[in-house]
Amino acid sequence: MTIFAVVVSRLSKAILTLLAIAILNFFLIHAAPGDPAVVLAGEAGAADEQMIEQLRERFGLDQPLYVQLGKYVAGIVQLDLGYSFRQGAPVAELIADRLPATLLLTLTAFVVSLVLGIAFGVAAAARVGKPSDTVLTTMALLFYATPLYWLALMAVLVFSVWFGWLPGFGYETVGANYTGFARVIDIAKHLILPALTLGLFFTAVYMRMARASMLEVSQLDFVKTAKAKGLSDAVIRRRHILRNAILPVVTLAGLQAGQLVGGAVLTETVFAWPGIGRLMFESLAARDYNTILGVFLVSAAMVILFNIVTDIVYRIVDPRIGARS
Amino acid sequence: MTTFLIAAALASPVAAQEAGGRLDIVVQPEPPGLMLGLVQNGPTQLVAGDIYESLLRYDSELTPMPSLAKSWEISDDGLTYTFKLNEGVKWHDGEDFTADDVVFSADVFLRETHARLRASLAYVKSITAPDPMTVVFKLKEPFGPFINAFENGTMPIVPKHIYEGTDFANNPANATPIGTGPFKFKEWVKGSHIHLVKNEDYYVDGLPYLDEVFYRVIPDAAARAVAFETGEVDVLPGGSVENWDIPRLAEMDGVCVTEKGWEFLAPLAWMWLNNREGPTANEKFRQAVMYAMDREFMRDVVWNGFGKVATGPIASSTNFYSDDVTIYDHNPDKAKELLAEMGYDGEPVSILPLPYGETWQRWAEAVRQNLSEVGINAEIDSSDVAGWNEKTSQWDYDMAFTYLYQYGDPALGVSRNYTADRIKKGSPWNNVEGYENLALDEKWAAAATMVTPEEREAAYAEIQKEIVDDVPVAWMQELTFPTIYRCNVNDLVTTAIGINDGPRNAWIKK
Repeated sequence: MTIFAVVVSRLSKAILTLLAIAILNFFLIHAAPGDPAVVLAGEAGAADEQMIEQLRERFGLDQPLYVQLGKYVAGIVQLDLGYSFRQGAPVAELIADRLPATLLLTLTAFVVSLVLGIAFGVAAAARVGKPSDTVLTTMALLFYATPLYWLALMAVLVFSVWFGWLPGFGYETVGANYTGFARVIDIAKHLILPALTLGLFFTAVYMRMARASMLEVSQLDFVKTAKAKGLSDAVIRRRHILRNAILPVVTLAGLQAGQLVGGAVLTETVFAWPGIGRLMFESLAARDYNTILGVFLVSAAMVILFNIVTDIVYRIVDPRIGARS
Repeated sequence: MTTFLIAAALASPVAAQEAGGRLDIVVQPEPPGLMLGLVQNGPTQLVAGDIYESLLRYDSELTPMPSLAKSWEISDDGLTYTFKLNEGVKWHDGEDFTADDVVFSADVFLRETHARLRASLAYVKSITAPDPMTVVFKLKEPFGPFINAFENGTMPIVPKHIYEGTDFANNPANATPIGTGPFKFKEWVKGSHIHLVKNEDYYVDGLPYLDEVFYRVIPDAAARAVAFETGEVDVLPGGSVENWDIPRLAEMDGVCVTEKGWEFLAPLAWMWLNNREGPTANEKFRQAVMYAMDREFMRDVVWNGFGKVATGPIASSTNFYSDDVTIYDHNPDKAKELLAEMGYDGEPVSILPLPYGETWQRWAEAVRQNLSEVGINAEIDSSDVAGWNEKTSQWDYDMAFTYLYQYGDPALGVSRNYTADRIKKGSPWNNVEGYENLALDEKWAAAATMVTPEEREAAYAEIQKEIVDDVPVAWMQELTFPTIYRCNVNDLVTTAIGINDGPRNAWIKK
């Protein structure tokens, strides 16, 4: 099959999957205790039945569940994610507002962890058993085992509170009105701590995976053959070992990529990053059904999309995969 | 004719105020909207309190002060309230503010949207504007607390020219609120901040002093403390950080802490005890719970010494508080005695904490500890905000933490939790415990409509004495949420609603 055919077949299946996910999510969220009208009324500090009735009517919660589902699915099919009554805005708009911040954060973390992870993994494998290998693997273990939340708080304590080098939270300096390059620098500064916090765990995972995989492949016969041919170590590592050892890392990277949307709830919360993970979390707490469903759906779409991308990357890295199927 | 008149000149400079500067205030959680006529939750009141105004403000003694109204009169029979409005007031879009806006807000808009005000408006026969600068409220019968209903969170005045004849809830103007207040809405970056700027045309000369106010949305309590430490924000409104962080922040150089600014709301915390079923349906059990708890310890340890142990349903900072009631001190022996008398068989009871952070969780743990010491088998049953609303409003609990604002008068913020006509499934803000005492209900109703404060005082003293013996709920503590701010910010908390209208008068010493 050509890559194009693969993509078409996968995309058509993806649409059905997404629809099924949307319906499943709908029932899941309605099964949770609590309803948005009571939460909203409750926050006002006072509510009578008239108010709760009004809210239910506005939210469409006074209608039977199947009617609500029908409306929701009909909307989805027309690419309409519905309206957030709580926030008084279309869900698509709310998500579009927050998505760039999340993508910036998660993509940075993704690239940083992939690059660092593979680089350290390859380096450690090349020096297996030596002190530098021990240092690298120990650090990887540490970052793998440390809770993200604690790590984030410590990073803020050290780099923001003690040294004052980096901003501890937020997306950019509020009220500074930077434009152009100054704004890019400002956002980049704000990005460092959350992106590192989010990326360290996967850096550790990639590194361990790359190291183990490199060592395994380096024992195989074709590597011995290459050595016997008299190729240099660097060339063998780059062209023969790494290329074969990278596949498991790609698999994992595909998994991480699936979390690019909505996978950063904790980091976004600690660092007050105005992204979609927080939007989801806050909407969940308020039972803002349409918004939660919208974020879930967009996340699911991303997971499916990245799965397809991962498959394509497989075929590029290892052409045998395409040939076999 | 009873006349209340306070010259606006009272607000004249004592120290030399300096104009200019910006103030960064934490707001949490992010408000669902800023149209104060539609949403009145805490964060909305905090931010929109600078944009919208009502007829009156109240000082820390709950004495009314001018706001949109410059003077007012209450007739001797307590039935007619006449307000003279300030002249030269403009809406933020430049339109003139008139008495018609007040009539529209109170009689049309808020009647439809504001549950709490609707209860007070039930006493109102008519609202009229005899001339553009005068508004007259005529009541059906005297209603003592009515003079307290003109606070900004209770009766925000909204622009008639924008809302008349529209679908209020879905009016696009809700996204860009237009008020008469000292600050104008500039920008709201969702998830990050809300930006307000000085209203240059504000009708009080010289006010406001600040150029701009930023409300910063920071979801994590520890991050909020850090934001204050690093100087990113200047003000942590009550409840922004966990209580154990307060002493640490207060010790920093140039940091001030105040417990003032909660007199109007006077939040009182209690545990609803399910009066319908289970051990808590037994009065002796409820009294045993009161004796079992060491509430002084809880105040000192869980709340770091902030607040005051409650003696009954009415907070000591509001009008008509009486201390002539049975005092439930920490007396485990007495509690055991009562439990033995009722024949408590060890049936387990659940405690539902408020899902508002660690402090509340620990409070529930302290209660559980005290209860187990007298042999009550209690379990903590945690939940998120929506789950808490569901469980309490569906009466699915044994003991549940809550707190309620008192709004300056027992008839506005207290009786709603105790009278039988407020037993209604589905809303967590009424008589959730299911307390029925019809004789007392009549006294609550009568006390609300008495004309003189002296009569009301006597009536409420009697009510407090009686209800404290019944223990329909376990009164815990009068909460104060300390405001933490930099000392160079002056006049931030000057009224009974604290920083909800604080930026109006605040100024920064350079």
